[in-house]
Amino acid sequence: MKTAEEIFSILKEKFGDSIIELKSDKPVEPFILTAPLEVDKISIYLRDNSELLFDSLMNLSGVDDANGEKVKDENGNEIIKGGNLSVWYHLESTKLKHKLTLKVSTDREKPEVATVTEAWKCADWHEREAYDMYGIIFLNHPDLRRILMPYDWEHGYPLRKDYQNPEFYQGMKVPY
Amino acid sequence: MALKTEEMVLNMGPQHPSTHGVLRLELKLDGEIISDVIPHIGYLHRCFEKHSEAMTYPQVIPYTDRMDYLASMYNEFGYALAMERLMGIEVPERVEYIRVIMGELQRIASHLVALGTYGADIGAFTPFLFCFRDRERILHLFEITCGARLLYNYIWIGGLSNDLHPDFIRLTKEFIKDFKPNLKELNDLLSYNAIFIERTANVGVLPPDTAINYGVTGPNLRASGMKWDLRKDDPYSVYHKFNYEIPVGSGAKGKIGDCWDRYFIRVREMEESLKIIEQAIDQIPDGDVTSAIPKRIKPPEGQIYTRVENPRGELGYFIISDGSLNPARVKVRAPSFVTMQVFPELCKGWMVADVVAILGSIDIVLGEIDR
Repeated sequence: MKTAEEIFSILKEKFGDSIIELKSDKPVEPFILTAPLEVDKISIYLRDNSELLFDSLMNLSGVDDANGEKVKDENGNEIIKGGNLSVWYHLESTKLKHKLTLKVSTDREKPEVATVTEAWKCADWHEREAYDMYGIIFLNHPDLRRILMPYDWEHGYPLRKDYQNPEFYQGMKVPY
Repeated sequence: MALKTEEMVLNMGPQHPSTHGVLRLELKLDGEIISDVIPHIGYLHRCFEKHSEAMTYPQVIPYTDRMDYLASMYNEFGYALAMERLMGIEVPERVEYIRVIMGELQRIASHLVALGTYGADIGAFTPFLFCFRDRERILHLFEITCGARLLYNYIWIGGLSNDLHPDFIRLTKEFIKDFKPNLKELNDLLSYNAIFIERTANVGVLPPDTAINYGVTGPNLRASGMKWDLRKDDPYSVYHKFNYEIPVGSGAKGKIGDCWDRYFIRVREMEESLKIIEQAIDQIPDGDVTSAIPKRIKPPEGQIYTRVENPRGELGYFIISDGSLNPARVKVRAPSFVTMQVFPELCKGWMVADVVAILGSIDIVLGEIDR
């Protein structure tokens, strides 16, 4: 059983700059901010290190931080330029009974995160969902397709805060 | 001349009685042997998470009902618990007891549907009727409590919408008394039925390490021999006050983690739930169930991940608050959504008829997968 501080120092020693910081000032849960393109290596280390043994990924969630600049596009709709999309990982060790929250932040204009499916198979659909809803590209994911939305959906990513409903989908009027 | 063979693709669903909802399975067949299964989900997608962002926190609760519509009480329970932890609300003890009673009744009702429809999938129709007869009693208990049979909006942040009906305790005791012999009847009729065992034992074996890696939780994980139940392992509410066992799969009719184990674990869980309800209604304290409900629900800025042991496994709520009246993000870790990923692994090498047996045994609810 390890606290977030102890896990943070173990990771910091191993991965250096890829582990950005431990945030525990907000209420409730501390989390560790990591580099989006290194998270695949970090995940395998977290799973296999005998002191950590994070064998289970409880949850993986994409989030739109909506911290960019709000501007109007040519149709007068408000869209967000710049800022971040992020992915949250909630891990647990069923053997050592400790938990960990990881967060990666990626660029909204080019949202790329390394996949963690190699460490935990259950990340597969969660990552597909995050791709489907936020357009976050998970590099080296085995099968990155839409999952909940139709496969031929071409009108963007619905859970982004600046998402606009399309007028038509396959010739059908959408806001009916 | 050698016989020409080729892979055949068979679509099972979206409308198929044993897919338990609207699910399409793309089966790749070599003769009658399954070489791969690709599940296609999303037919029931209602954008729960997007809706939540437009609602205030209490308004989200009726939406959570509509995810796992066979276990609505537990969905509300999980959401209310997450919000209470985020806001630091202490809930009166009576509320906790009522929530546990409702949660366990819901678990029995949900498992009865799982077992009944599983029997119907395999070809035994009578147990289905028996299970629904008993479930009806539980739905009646819910109906006198909150007026709704399936979608309750009963458990609120900080409390409950109203107190128990004066007849509730008496009717629950009667239900428990009547239900115990019915459980034996179900066992005689279905669980130990030779044809049923023939169809389910040794089929679709799920080893525990595969299960954990795929994120399988709840009865399906316990059937694989792993003793893991959030009511014991990550305790919440007042579950620590009751005596009950966590049943695990034993491979009594075949191998550990086969379809029969996954079926029978649910029968045994119902017995344990009855124990919890019996103790809870004996110990239930007095109190006001609405006293801790905040007038204005405006949590501080922050994020929380809270999970509960839903009838189908670990139901998690990841809530981000930006300090306003609406959630900035609500992500639901739906147990069926995660469990469904292991399904292709379970099916490989089995026959088409076994797909039905395996799918029924993992007990999915499509409303929760698609949200």
